Amino acid sequence: MAIEVHNATKHFGSFTALDDVSVTVQDGALMALLGPSGSGKSTLLRIIAGLETLDTGRVEIGGEDQTDAPTRTRGVGFVFQHYAPFKHMTVYDNVAFGLTVRKTPKQDVRERVHELLGLVRLDGLAKRYPSQLSGGQLQRMALARALAPQPKVLLLDEPFGALDVQVRGELREWLRRLHEEIHVTTIFVTHDQEEAMDVAGQIVVMNAGKVEQTGSPRELYEHPNNEFVMSFIGPVNRLGDALLRPHDIQILSGAGDHYADAVEALVRRVVHLGFEVRVELTLPDGRDVWAQVTRETAHELELHEGQILAARLPAPRVFA
Amino acid sequence: MSSESVAIGRPGAPAAQRVEPPHAHAGTRESASGAVARRWGLRTLALGYLLLLLGAPVGMIFYRTFEHGLAPVWEAVTQPNAVHAFWLSVELVAIVVPLNTVFGISIALLIERGRFRGRALLGLLLDLPFAISPVVVGLALVLVYGRTGWFGDWLTSHGIQVIFSIPGMVLATAFVSLPFVARETIPVLHELGTDAEQAAATLGASAWQTFRRVTLPAIRWGVVYGVVLTTARALGEFGAVSIVSGRLEGQTQTLPLYVQDRFENFDTTGAYAAAVVLALLAFATLLGMNLLARRTQRDTVV
Repeated sequence: MAIEVHNATKHFGSFTALDDVSVTVQDGALMALLGPSGSGKSTLLRIIAGLETLDTGRVEIGGEDQTDAPTRTRGVGFVFQHYAPFKHMTVYDNVAFGLTVRKTPKQDVRERVHELLGLVRLDGLAKRYPSQLSGGQLQRMALARALAPQPKVLLLDEPFGALDVQVRGELREWLRRLHEEIHVTTIFVTHDQEEAMDVAGQIVVMNAGKVEQTGSPRELYEHPNNEFVMSFIGPVNRLGDALLRPHDIQILSGAGDHYADAVEALVRRVVHLGFEVRVELTLPDGRDVWAQVTRETAHELELHEGQILAARLPAPRVFA
Repeated sequence: MSSESVAIGRPGAPAAQRVEPPHAHAGTRESASGAVARRWGLRTLALGYLLLLLGAPVGMIFYRTFEHGLAPVWEAVTQPNAVHAFWLSVELVAIVVPLNTVFGISIALLIERGRFRGRALLGLLLDLPFAISPVVVGLALVLVYGRTGWFGDWLTSHGIQVIFSIPGMVLATAFVSLPFVARETIPVLHELGTDAEQAAATLGASAWQTFRRVTLPAIRWGVVYGVVLTTARALGEFGAVSIVSGRLEGQTQTLPLYVQDRFENFDTTGAYAAAVVLALLAFATLLGMNLLARRTQRDTVV
C-alpha cells in the first residue's frame, strides 16, 4: 500500500529532527531513505510506524489517516537496526509472535512460520535461540518475524548496518529478490549511498531534517538538484564553488600545452584499488584534485609519482 | 564463544614460552606465587569475616537450641502462642510480598519507561524506607492511623481498627519492604532497553501482551531477587511492627516479636527454638526462589 507523509515536523527538545517533510511512496515500491546521521531519516521511519509522534503533519498508509493511530494497529512490519530479538524465545516463537498475539489457530501459525522460515532460509533453526544465531541469521529472523502478520508496509532501519561487508552484499541482493517476490511496499533507511543505489528503485535524500531530492539512483547521480546531493551521491572534487566528478577528469599523455582544452597536472600519488586507480593531481594554480581511471588507462600512461601530464577537466557544476 | 577463544589462544602459548629467556621464567613464577598468596589471603579474610559475623552466632543458636535434644524444642515451638506467631508471620508475608511485588514492578516501569516530570523525585521517594528507621515508620503510622491520629476519628466511627491489629502490621511491613522489588527491577529494565517492546507493538501486541510475553520474562531475575529480599525483610521486621502491633500475646505477636518476648521472660529455649524456625523460614524462601528461578532459566535458555 502507498505511504504518504505530509508536512511532517518533529522536534526533540531544541533539535529539529524533521522540518516540514513530505514524502510519497508508491504502492509496491522499494524506497531508500538516504542521508548522513542526524538527517532525520530514522525519525521519519519511526513516525510512519507510530513509534514517534508528530508535532505537526500527517501520515497516511493505504489512503487511511494513521497520524494518531497506535503502532499496533498500523499494520507495519518493522525491522530494527539491532534486530530487537525476543531473546527468551526460540526462532519459531519469535516469528510466530505476531500471529499468536492475534490468537491465530495453532495449525495456521505452524504453516505460516514454516513458510516464512523457508523464505528466509532458516528452515533448520526453528528451535534455536537468538543468542545462537549469527548476525545475518538474526537479521533474516527479524525480517520473517516482521512479515508474519502480513503487514501493509515493511520498514527497515539500517538493515545491513551491523553486518560485515560480505554478508551485507548477499543480504542486499536477497532483499531485492524478496521484494520482487512479495511486493510489499518497503522503505529502508541507510547512510550508505552505494547500498541505497544498489537496492532501491527510488531514493529520498535527506539532510538536516529536510528532503533534498527524490528520484531514481540514476536521476540523482546525473542530475543532482544541489551541492549536497551531488557530493553525497558519489565522489566529487571541489574547486572553489564548482564540483566535478573524478571519473569525468580525463588524463592524457604528454604535457599540458599539447592540447588546447587541457591543463598541466603533476601526479602526486597513484593508488591502486583493483579495477579502479585513483590519481591525485596538483594543477598549475596549486589546487589539488583527484581523478578516477581504469587499470588499463593507468597502465597505458605508465602513471607514477612526480609525472607531469595533461588533464582535461569537464565543465564543472555550480549550484547557486 | 569462550571455548573458541581458548582454542585460538592455545597454539600460540607454547611458542611464546619457548622464546622467553630463562630469567623471565623466574620472574613469572615469583609473581605467580605472589598471586597465590594474595588469593589465599583474600579467601581467609572473606571467610573469617563471614564466620565471625554470620557463622558463629547462627551456629551458636542452633547449638543451644538442640543442646538438650529435640523434645524440649518441639514442646517450645508447639506452644499455642508460638504457633500463632508463626502463622501470623506467614500471613503477613503472604499479603505483603504479592502486594509489594506488583507495586514494585509497576513503580519500576513508571520510573524506567514513563515520560513525565518528577521521575527522579519518585526514585528518591522510593528509597525513603531504606533511609527511615523502622521505629520511626511505626510511630508515623500511629500518628496517622492511631485513635488520636489524622484518620483516627473517621476510622473509629467506621469500626475499622488499624493500629494494634493486622491492617497496621501489613502497612508497617509493606512500608519497610517496599523498595526491594523496584530497586532490583529498575536496572534490569534499563539494561533491557525498549527495542524488544517496540518490536512487540509493531507486531500487534497490546500493552499487556507486551508486558506479559516480552518484558516480564526478560526481567524475571531481578523480580525474583527482589521477592527474596522482600520476603526476608518482611519476615524479620521487628521495629515498625513492634510499635503498631501493640505486641498482644497470641493476637498481634509475630515470630520476631515472640522471640523477643520469650527472651525477655528468660525462656531461652523458647526464644532459640523460635529463632531457628525463623531462620529456617528465611532459608526455605531463598532455596525456593532459587529453584524456581533455575527452572525458568532452564525453560528459556538452552
